[in-house]
Amino acid sequence: MNWFLRYPLKRLLRPGDILVLLAGVAGWVMLSISLWQSGPAAEAQIRRDGVLLAAYPLNEDRTVSFAGALGITVIRIESGRARIVSDPGPRQYCVKQGWLSRPGEMAVCAPNHISLSLTGGPPTHESMAY
Amino acid sequence: MMRTLTLTPDDHRIARLTAAAIAIALVESAVPSPLPGVKPGLANIITLLVLLRDDWLTAAWVTLLRVLAVSLLVGQFLAPGFVLSLAGALASLGILYLAQPLVRRMPMWFGPVTLSVLAALAHMMTQLLIVRLWLVPSPGVWVLAPVFIGAALIFGTLNGLVVAWLRTSDSARQ
Repeated sequence: MNWFLRYPLKRLLRPGDILVLLAGVAGWVMLSISLWQSGPAAEAQIRRDGVLLAAYPLNEDRTVSFAGALGITVIRIESGRARIVSDPGPRQYCVKQGWLSRPGEMAVCAPNHISLSLTGGPPTHESMAY
Repeated sequence: MMRTLTLTPDDHRIARLTAAAIAIALVESAVPSPLPGVKPGLANIITLLVLLRDDWLTAAWVTLLRVLAVSLLVGQFLAPGFVLSLAGALASLGILYLAQPLVRRMPMWFGPVTLSVLAALAHMMTQLLIVRLWLVPSPGVWVLAPVFIGAALIFGTLNGLVVAWLRTSDSARQ
């Protein structure tokens, strides 16, 4: 600890540095709150090459199919969840991923250029009841 | 026609510093990381030391040569990993260029930690943006953004403190 005593933190961390750090931490906290306020997932979005093809509410059960680069990707929406049922891709990663139920979750069928992602609904404030 | 390439003392110094940065970056690339993309970025300590002791142009040379050499050595040249490193390096050099007057004109107020944190954040945000736009075109990428930005804040601060410490011990020796 000898070096630490000789060079106290005050000399290493100047007032402006602390301001920059505080601004950084404040920005980080705001970012975390806005990105991680996860209520239940509300909507399934299907994209091809990142372009939104369709969006369906998760509370209505249905089966839909979309044409991708290789063929047809079939998506099932059921009781607040969604999954890829079948896909022409060679490795079937997105099918094996199974049901998605949380906002932000996604299954990418890269070979077929199709992706399924869930987004949240309005945030719930249950924890604020205390 | 033959052309002679004369090496200036500057070239030698840049080469020496770059070699040190490459060594640090290589050792670091061998250390496993819990999350791809999260690493301390210790080689940037060299960039900051050069920026503060010499000038921005030398720091830019040392950094870009390091990115090029390390990508060749680990076999990532022109692969996505290289594009990400290069873009991150360019972004942090850009923000360092903008922020260096703070440290030069108000050294009592702003030190290496400011530079290091700003550069780390610019590096990380540029890489996240490229991953979002090019490699994983989905908004799901943002779910991990707080983890990456938090890591950038922590490692940026630590690297900045190391630079500040090296500089105080430097001036104490003189």
